[in-house]
Amino acid sequence: MAYIPIADQTEEMHDPHSFVTKYIWSQDHKVIAIQYGGIAIFVGLIALVLSVLMRLQLGYPDSFAFIDPADYYQFVTMHGMIMVVYLLTALFLGGFGNYLIPLQIGARDMVFHFLNMLSVWVYLLSVIILLASFFVSGGPTGAGWTLYPPQAITEGTPGADMGIILMLASLAVFIVAFTMGGLNYVTTILQARTRGMTLMRMPLSVWGIFVATVLGLFAFPALFVSAIMMTFDNLLGTSFFMPAMVSLGETLEHTGGSPVLFQHLFWFFGHPEVYIVALPAFGLVSDVLSCHARKNIFGYRMMVWAIIAIGGLSFIVWAHHMYVSGMNPYFGFFFAFTTLIIAVPTAIKVYNWVLTLWEGNIRLTVPMLFACGFIFTFIHGGLTGIFLGNVTVDLPLSDTYFVIAHFHMVMGVSPVLVLYAAIYHWFPKMSGRMFNVTLGKIHFWATFFGTYAIYLPMHYLGIMGLPRRYYAMGTTDFLPDSAQALNANITLAAIWVALFQMVFIVNIIWSIFKGKKADPNPWEATSLEWQTPDNPPCHGNWGPELPTVYRWAYEYSVPGAKADFIPQNMAPEDVEMQDPNAKYVGHDG
Amino acid sequence: MSLLKTIFDKPWDYQGEDPNLKGRELAEGMHPKRIALRMFLAVVFVLFMLFIVAYFIRMELDDWRPMPEPGLLWVNTIMLFLCSAVMQWTRGAAQKNMPRQVKWGMLVSGAFTLAFIFGQVGAWQELNNAGFFLASNPANAFFYVLTGLHGLHILGGLWVWTRSTFKAWSGTEVKAIRLSVELCAVYWHFLLLVWLIIFALLSYT
Repeated sequence: MAYIPIADQTEEMHDPHSFVTKYIWSQDHKVIAIQYGGIAIFVGLIALVLSVLMRLQLGYPDSFAFIDPADYYQFVTMHGMIMVVYLLTALFLGGFGNYLIPLQIGARDMVFHFLNMLSVWVYLLSVIILLASFFVSGGPTGAGWTLYPPQAITEGTPGADMGIILMLASLAVFIVAFTMGGLNYVTTILQARTRGMTLMRMPLSVWGIFVATVLGLFAFPALFVSAIMMTFDNLLGTSFFMPAMVSLGETLEHTGGSPVLFQHLFWFFGHPEVYIVALPAFGLVSDVLSCHARKNIFGYRMMVWAIIAIGGLSFIVWAHHMYVSGMNPYFGFFFAFTTLIIAVPTAIKVYNWVLTLWEGNIRLTVPMLFACGFIFTFIHGGLTGIFLGNVTVDLPLSDTYFVIAHFHMVMGVSPVLVLYAAIYHWFPKMSGRMFNVTLGKIHFWATFFGTYAIYLPMHYLGIMGLPRRYYAMGTTDFLPDSAQALNANITLAAIWVALFQMVFIVNIIWSIFKGKKADPNPWEATSLEWQTPDNPPCHGNWGPELPTVYRWAYEYSVPGAKADFIPQNMAPEDVEMQDPNAKYVGHDG
Repeated sequence: MSLLKTIFDKPWDYQGEDPNLKGRELAEGMHPKRIALRMFLAVVFVLFMLFIVAYFIRMELDDWRPMPEPGLLWVNTIMLFLCSAVMQWTRGAAQKNMPRQVKWGMLVSGAFTLAFIFGQVGAWQELNNAGFFLASNPANAFFYVLTGLHGLHILGGLWVWTRSTFKAWSGTEVKAIRLSVELCAVYWHFLLLVWLIIFALLSYT
């Protein structure tokens, strides 16, 4: 029996009626997306507060009695883990993946609704387990977000008893949630595209989310494996990672395990994780740039290939995080080589974004500001990556503020700017209302300059040799007093940025209830989500009939056409031309 | 290669509705559940491979003492083989719409699976009684972790098996459970494959 493609199936949609099935135990991808997003932003705010506390200590050591060294390490650890996994991964894939995939490929929903609902609730469970570690004896783990053994599970590290167990458990649960969601995203993209939506007509957002999901599905098992083995070492006394060692004068029972083995497993997950966050950001920003520059994306095919190439390469660069861990110099050479190769597809993407803007009819809307801001921060973060990818340059810079500056620019600030661009861009669709533009612009400029004020000086501090991970610098010969003065300034900038994020929160919450009613397609965009019959789209997205797609998602400013955008689902005979006798043939005509 | 052809498409060139649903080749004839299962099995395969890589790296270190494999594992392997074979036969019966064969096929393959699980637990006990404890050597630890995870993987499959078998015995039409039977068969072949890799690894190192 041949299987009927989903777009041709005549299945009736059963609308949920009660409040509970509509908003709480909902199987609608849009509600699930917003649940994912809400939870992610909530934990993200906690991580933001942690970073401010951490900066207070660094900027003004000895001034805050309530932050002791153990607290400081716990703040660092939880800030890192929450931001990378529970905020960025969850918001890009769980939030935007859920919202955009079905809408942009013309599907009614994800193919497995129930699994999708389960995914968000299991994600919530992982967040609860994670936050519970703040309330257990000893507090959350302070092992650093990389959780390196032996220190992560050895007496003396903050949270070495309960905190680390809860962290590992929470990660394992998160991975289960992600796998449920991820299988759904991949299957939906492959199987539920509507008529005419070929793979190469998909918006780049979907491509980025698709490849990132595949990366996540194959990278998270490495974290899962290392979490299981570390839990065994911790609770059952095995010696997978734990070497024979003496701790606090006592010889531990562990025998010759390999801490470096953990590092390999961790970074085999950890490096692809960077791209799990970056690839959806690349996709989303491409769509925002193209729409607000009223120009087709430059080099669509190259963009797709670059996403795939970066995804593939991301699995063979992991040991560049371990240059100082001790390895065969030839390995270092190999990993430096592959790391620098990744710069090629990445640079292609950056050129293509810039060339998309070239001679575009740029509308400096709030999402566009954030998208342009991203190009700046991403180039800066990317360039310092070339420094750190080289073994000889990395060795002196490793474990200094230079590294902090690099990865915050490239995978902290850059993806967050894209998230803001995407939230502002799709907010009118998600809520049916417009946000306040002035507040949005204030939010952008304060965040953009503020983050530069935080991270630009860190490069200099790093080159000077200021070590990271230190609770306080004390009196150190090679560090002048000005280093501390700069550190205090960075703290002020961090507080400034954190405060201005409240402008965003206020803007969003206010606009959901009081914002002006939004036009169904306020940005005059071409992709399918803007063409839904209802705004915001109702359950089932498309009314009785699924849309048919006639072209790619980037038909902006077509020569001779009356409007400067042609939606993907507008039949060629409906396209109005300036010259009534002319026939619409697209860009090449 | 249709995939290669697909990514060389020039979407800006081509206008109009796609008469042959071009680019949807993957979608043809593939139920989403089939794709999802294969993707899931690929993820599980990666998980086991990572354990195996870790096994090889850890094996190089000084404190590794290889442990003997109980002979019972050979019997268990035969059980899992039978399981997989009966599943395949049941899948064929479901294709040909033979309800009686499907009912019994599911039941018998389930019985072999349970026999395998009990056999594995027996092997654990045998080793434990002989003094090969989890924490006493990394070789032992890997043995327990690998077989334990494989066992969990089987229990996961048994959940779907229980639902399908229950449906088969409560008189559901074969047509309605054909896909479940097929997916069970694929899952069980995969279980066998992973077990053979683990078993070979444990036996030869």
